Amino acid sequence: MATEELTSAVQEHHTSTGLDNTKMAMWGFLGSECLFFGSLISTYLLYRNQTADGPNSADLYDIPYTSVSSFVLLMSSLTMVLALAACHRKDQRGMRAWLLATALLGMVFIGGQIYEFTEFAHEGLSLEVSPFGSSFYVLTGFHGAHVTVGILMLLLLVGMSMFNRLGPDDSRKVELIGLYWHFVDIVWIIIFTVVYLIPS
Amino acid sequence: MATAAAQGSLFRRPTATTGWWGWVTTVDHKKIGIMYCATALAFFVIGGLEALAIRAQLAVPNGTTLTAETYNQFFTMHGLTMIFLVVMPLGVGIMNYLAPLMIGARDVAFPRINAFSYWVFLAGGLFLYSSFFLGGAPDGGWFGYAPLSTQLPGNGMTFYALGLQILGVASLLGAVNFIVTILNMRAPGMTLMRMPVFIWMTLVTAFLLLFAMPVIAVALFELMFDRVYNANFFNPAAGGDPVLWQHLFWLFGHPEVYIMILPAMGIISDVLPTFSRKPIFGYAAIVFAGIAIGFMGWGVWAHHMFAVGLGPVANSAFALSTMFIAVPTGVKIFNWLGTMWKGDLHFTPPMLFSIGFVAMFIIGGLSGVTHAIVPSDAQQTDTYYIVAHFHYVLFGGAIFGLFSGIYYWWPKVSGRLLSDGLGKLHFWLMFIGFNLAFGPMHILGLEGMPRRTYTYPDGMGWNLWNIVSTVGAFIIAVSIAIFFVNAIITARRGREAGADPWDGRTLEWSIPSPPPEYNFAEVPIVKARDDFWHRKYVVKPDEYVPVVAGGAVAEHEDDEHDPGHGIHLPAPSFFPAAAALGLPVMAFGVIYSWPLLIVGGLVLLLGLFGWVLEPSEVEH
Ligand code: HEM
Ligand SMILES: [Cu+2]
Repeated sequence: MATEELTSAVQEHHTSTGLDNTKMAMWGFLGSECLFFGSLISTYLLYRNQTADGPNSADLYDIPYTSVSSFVLLMSSLTMVLALAACHRKDQRGMRAWLLATALLGMVFIGGQIYEFTEFAHEGLSLEVSPFGSSFYVLTGFHGAHVTVGILMLLLLVGMSMFNRLGPDDSRKVELIGLYWHFVDIVWIIIFTVVYLIPS
Repeated sequence: MATAAAQGSLFRRPTATTGWWGWVTTVDHKKIGIMYCATALAFFVIGGLEALAIRAQLAVPNGTTLTAETYNQFFTMHGLTMIFLVVMPLGVGIMNYLAPLMIGARDVAFPRINAFSYWVFLAGGLFLYSSFFLGGAPDGGWFGYAPLSTQLPGNGMTFYALGLQILGVASLLGAVNFIVTILNMRAPGMTLMRMPVFIWMTLVTAFLLLFAMPVIAVALFELMFDRVYNANFFNPAAGGDPVLWQHLFWLFGHPEVYIMILPAMGIISDVLPTFSRKPIFGYAAIVFAGIAIGFMGWGVWAHHMFAVGLGPVANSAFALSTMFIAVPTGVKIFNWLGTMWKGDLHFTPPMLFSIGFVAMFIIGGLSGVTHAIVPSDAQQTDTYYIVAHFHYVLFGGAIFGLFSGIYYWWPKVSGRLLSDGLGKLHFWLMFIGFNLAFGPMHILGLEGMPRRTYTYPDGMGWNLWNIVSTVGAFIIAVSIAIFFVNAIITARRGREAGADPWDGRTLEWSIPSPPPEYNFAEVPIVKARDDFWHRKYVVKPDEYVPVVAGGAVAEHEDDEHDPGHGIHLPAPSFFPAAAALGLPVMAFGVIYSWPLLIVGGLVLLLGLFGWVLEPSEVEH
């Protein structure tokens, strides 16, 4: 949410540390997010074998499938980098194209997650059935929510650029949302490793 | 309604800086600071009334003032109120008002986020209290231990989970804002080691909030999913582990106690030098002790869980780390004593409250060390001894320190002096009442009286100290009433304070009281710690080369008579308040019906959307 304040109040072009205010704020926010996901992942690790009467992870996980959707999300970091590069070149159209591509890849990932959740639900995994189910859905669900917020911000950027609400020196906004996006990607890499790859 | 207002401003942004709308749309850190403090003082009265009811119930054995159900709601809401709606926001309010002034800035780094934080805080507080009218308030203690908290009937603990979540959003955003403000917005020459100690403690507090809030957020989400959506995080029958709640809660909870105490420690570190007429003794030591507390505060949480059975190794490790953290705390005490040593002491009300802090905090710190010792804590935990301990640190410490700050900066904020006589009366009554109310609880606890229990039988030997404690509580109430009388009387007839009534040391005293909207007509150039003091007493004023407001010197040479002219201030905005309204609506949605959740979400999104599209300054 820290990104919403995109311009600092007193338009200081220099700051005491030389770092940009909004960027420092984003780093702080992401630091806080580390603890957020850290706590969720710890909960999952504690409960991954507490399956009660429900299915366990070996019954459910489809590693090839999730690997593909993870790859899609990884690629979206690449397109994000390209969007920022276009922005630095003052190539507004290129930037919009890459931002849209990033958002689309994000949507594919979310689509994949929705499909996965539905599958798992069919196989009997729910919030109610076991601590494993609760911690799996809440961890991956919060990650999905972060991706969704990222997609909304990307689309907002595209919209602002189309209606000329982005000035030429507003590359900072793209950079900030890029930071957030990469962070959410990295969190997914960790979740993918810890949740899907490490056998229980 | 608020969205309609928000829509309107897409076309026409608010310009009023006075009247009601002026407060709703303000992004001025000073007004926001005042709103924080005023709201927190209102909650202080409410939380105090709950405390009086609790003490009335416990005055005699088999009391009948409150039923068991009401008692549980009152002690829970009392704790939540005092922690989340009084001590934290009072600290934040004082930081808001003073941090920019003390570092020579015109505002915080993100003024609209700052306004948003306030409105979210207010929304969270009102949301929590609305539970009283909607079937019953939270009744499972401020620590919300599972599985009690997941199983209590009614919606009380759901209000708890969601209300604290909303308040957490405000704290998190505030933390980011203050970190950036303090690191990035300092006036030229205001190096880190020249910052007032209060600013340092604010910075440490902000970092603690930054890393503690997400942990409690996860715990609260898990509690919410358990209660509302039948998840199994804390359900032992399905293999869930209630101890997980305790770990998450106290991993937040212990840093939280430093979040409450560090701002107060910062305040008295600025008040004591002013009224001892000496610089702080051992500036570097007190700063590094604060930073050390900020780090070590993360390694002691399980001392709240000695009775859970974590095993001898874990218990010993946490006992050691807990005794260790008392060391930097002790360092600070010697800093304060050293500051007063051979000083030219002026016993004004702020000074009295600061000295009261030091004295009471020593008692609370010592009882803290006694329950760091595991076998002795086994006797103490869940008894009134613990209640005595944390009131000595939280009331004797944090509240005394915050009142010291209120008395100290009141003239700066209002432009008028409070009555000294009434201030001293307030202090002495509060000091006596406090010790009568909480001192005897040490004895009651050691005699085995359990906490969180709505009544006790006759013949346990607890009668005398309970009645004494209740009398003390009512004396505290009188003292607080005197404070409000003082504030009201002097609002009209108080003497003009002038810019620098205490002969202060830090930058805020160099500007008029109350300060102009833009704070500093000229951005100060700082040459020393306690810069203003050195300007008054050592350095000749003509040695300074002030930076003229608004940028280049030449451009503004002509408007010298109008110091505020040409300073770009952030413009007022409806959006922070409008967006904040979305959060409690969403929370009601979680409890009552999902369409409301969507409505609240839309309000929040639209608010943020308008906010992003609105430039932060008005174009000239
Ligand atoms: C010298 C420093 C301190 C030490 C060694 C210390 C130690 C402890 C210990 C071991 C407990 C757990 C007792 C039990 O539940 O059996 C405790 C409880 C508590 N402490 Fe401290 N403490 C210190 C400072 C503070 C400060 C500065 C605050 C707040 C401003 C504080 C607030 C509390 C509160 C609120 C509780 C009770 C929590 C509950 O409801 O169970 N303490 N303290
Ligand atoms: Cu603690």
